[in-house]
Amino acid sequence: MTQSQTDLRNGPDVNGLFGAFGGRYVAETLMPLILELAREYEAAKIDPAFNEELAYFQRDYVGRPSPLYFAERLTEFCGGAKIYLKREELNHTGAHKINNCIGQILLARRMGKKRIIAETGAGMHGVATATVAARFGLQCVIYMGTTDIERQQANVFRMKLLGAEVIPVVAGTGTLKDAMNEALRDWVTNVDSTFYLIGTVAGPHPYPAMVRDFQAVIGKETRDQLQAQEGRLPDSLVACIGGGSNAMGLFHPFLDDTSVEIIGVEAAGHGIETGKHAASLNGGVPGVLHGNRTFLLQDDDGQIIDAHSISAGLDYPGIGPEHAWLHDIGRVQYTSVTDDEALDAFHKCCRLEGIIPALESAHALAEVFKRAPTLPKDHLMVINLSGRGDKDMQTVMHHMEQSQQEKH
Amino acid sequence: MSRLQTRFAQLKEQNRAALVTFVTAGDPGYDASLAILKGLPAAGADVIELGMPFTDPMADGPAIQLANIRALEAKQNLAKTLQMVREFRKDNNDTPLVLMGYFNPIHKYGVPQFITDAKAAGVDGLIVVDMPPEHNGELCDPAQAAGIDFIRLTTPTTDDVRLPTVLNGSSGFVYYVSVAGVTGAGAATLEHVEEAVNRLRRHTDLPISIGFGIRTPEQAAAIARLADGVVVGSALIDHIASAGSDQQAIDGVLSHCAALSEGVRNARR
Repeated sequence: MTQSQTDLRNGPDVNGLFGAFGGRYVAETLMPLILELAREYEAAKIDPAFNEELAYFQRDYVGRPSPLYFAERLTEFCGGAKIYLKREELNHTGAHKINNCIGQILLARRMGKKRIIAETGAGMHGVATATVAARFGLQCVIYMGTTDIERQQANVFRMKLLGAEVIPVVAGTGTLKDAMNEALRDWVTNVDSTFYLIGTVAGPHPYPAMVRDFQAVIGKETRDQLQAQEGRLPDSLVACIGGGSNAMGLFHPFLDDTSVEIIGVEAAGHGIETGKHAASLNGGVPGVLHGNRTFLLQDDDGQIIDAHSISAGLDYPGIGPEHAWLHDIGRVQYTSVTDDEALDAFHKCCRLEGIIPALESAHALAEVFKRAPTLPKDHLMVINLSGRGDKDMQTVMHHMEQSQQEKH
Repeated sequence: MSRLQTRFAQLKEQNRAALVTFVTAGDPGYDASLAILKGLPAAGADVIELGMPFTDPMADGPAIQLANIRALEAKQNLAKTLQMVREFRKDNNDTPLVLMGYFNPIHKYGVPQFITDAKAAGVDGLIVVDMPPEHNGELCDPAQAAGIDFIRLTTPTTDDVRLPTVLNGSSGFVYYVSVAGVTGAGAATLEHVEEAVNRLRRHTDLPISIGFGIRTPEQAAAIARLADGVVVGSALIDHIASAGSDQQAIDGVLSHCAALSEGVRNARR
């Protein structure tokens, strides 16, 4: 099969811009650090020793490659497209987050940093960060909103077991955005000692590109695995999007393959029309927050509106700038699914495949249930099963009890 | 000459530093905030920084975060902040006024419209925390073309290699953030400030104001001996946070301002 070659994988430019999105909108105190980080990352990226070490930890510590699994029962149930799951939930710590954490911790060590800070929403990035900090014997501080601490207690406990200090953030709605503000305040205060390990493809340059590169192993493996199993490229890719790191990791290696349809799924919460959602592209407009220009949920005065999603990991009012650009140029199609649709998909995946998905990943599955039945049987669809659902037991239980009560 | 140039030139002749005060527009409400703003020059403020409230003030400590929340809960927005400046200018044409904040509300308002309206309202300068020189084309250049100064923050992490980049395009004055950290944090040592001022003077002829962590008249006086301006924010805003009424908030801020002014005015005698 011939492939059309375009050049959508070359971004960002030297200023960290993907089209009009991205950049480095940070306080001056942080600028020298961010410039230094960019230089260090550029050097590490082409250093064979760094890449060998990264490959070693990906294989023996994270457990890569993750399987590309033919989901036979999901495929039968949908009666259309042939569905493959990229099993990122089988990674060490139960999600794709560790791919990026391993990369950044090796960089932090290379830069001689002794203290790691991170923000977390669902807690998966916090757990992955605490994990790698423990592995390399570095001090670790995790900022987490009080609302998220409440709904993700198991992950809070995990982080503490791993030796991290979890600092509750009460500001705002106590979710991911507020945790990120607080992490930035810590960083600005502890500039010399501290490495800020951002968990998604957002923030000031070079973070969006760097996190994408560390996550792109997902798409690269998928490409090889599907080639081995089916002898060709997929026809479509589906992934959920909060900040967008698991999606970017799957999508990026396929951006120039114009035959591959790419679908990102945002969290519509109670429905986009209700205003209670986390769909930055479908329900937001461009603005500047947390170091980058991107689509944001904001009011007429440019004040940031709190996101809502049943899934703590998608509960963020922005999105990575590369996604904003891919949306702008129309290469990736961004849809959204509601809390209820995600929960329905969550239950179906449990029963049909014996896999309990994270509520984040259930958003991608919900889109599959809408889309796959309408497609021909030779259509190859790959879904990024970005995380496992163990952390979501409390949320799902709570929701099931509520809907029971509503029935009575 | 701009109001900022005139003011710093006058004070240089008088051999004293400027007291630069920061309050957040609309904190604790529009009317009380306007009363504070109008009262600051008589209470000894030489330059006024007026904060534009934002939901996510990433470089600010707890005092200014809360000020932002109070202002937003009282329905302050950028249009009202510009309205406050217009009302202030009705009976004050001398005190330089600088708007300080984050880029997103300006971005949403629309940069060209904002610059037009700010200029018309009587705004003299802008400090936009998350707008480094790497993005000069978006706000700094058009603001300066319209005659609005763009004041840069320089910090302990801004080394000699980077300083020219930061100062290139700075105007009005240079704001030295004396500690790496958020607003309201601990104070820098005088040795550090003196060294920093000397370093900055090698790179620029602009007046140098020092901020972050300065709370008392004594601290203000000590800094006033070293620099051209002393910035106080969180310590003033604390009077709003602890006030039982609007009048207490107004009185608290203005009396603290008067005490700071006393310190600054007597510093070099």
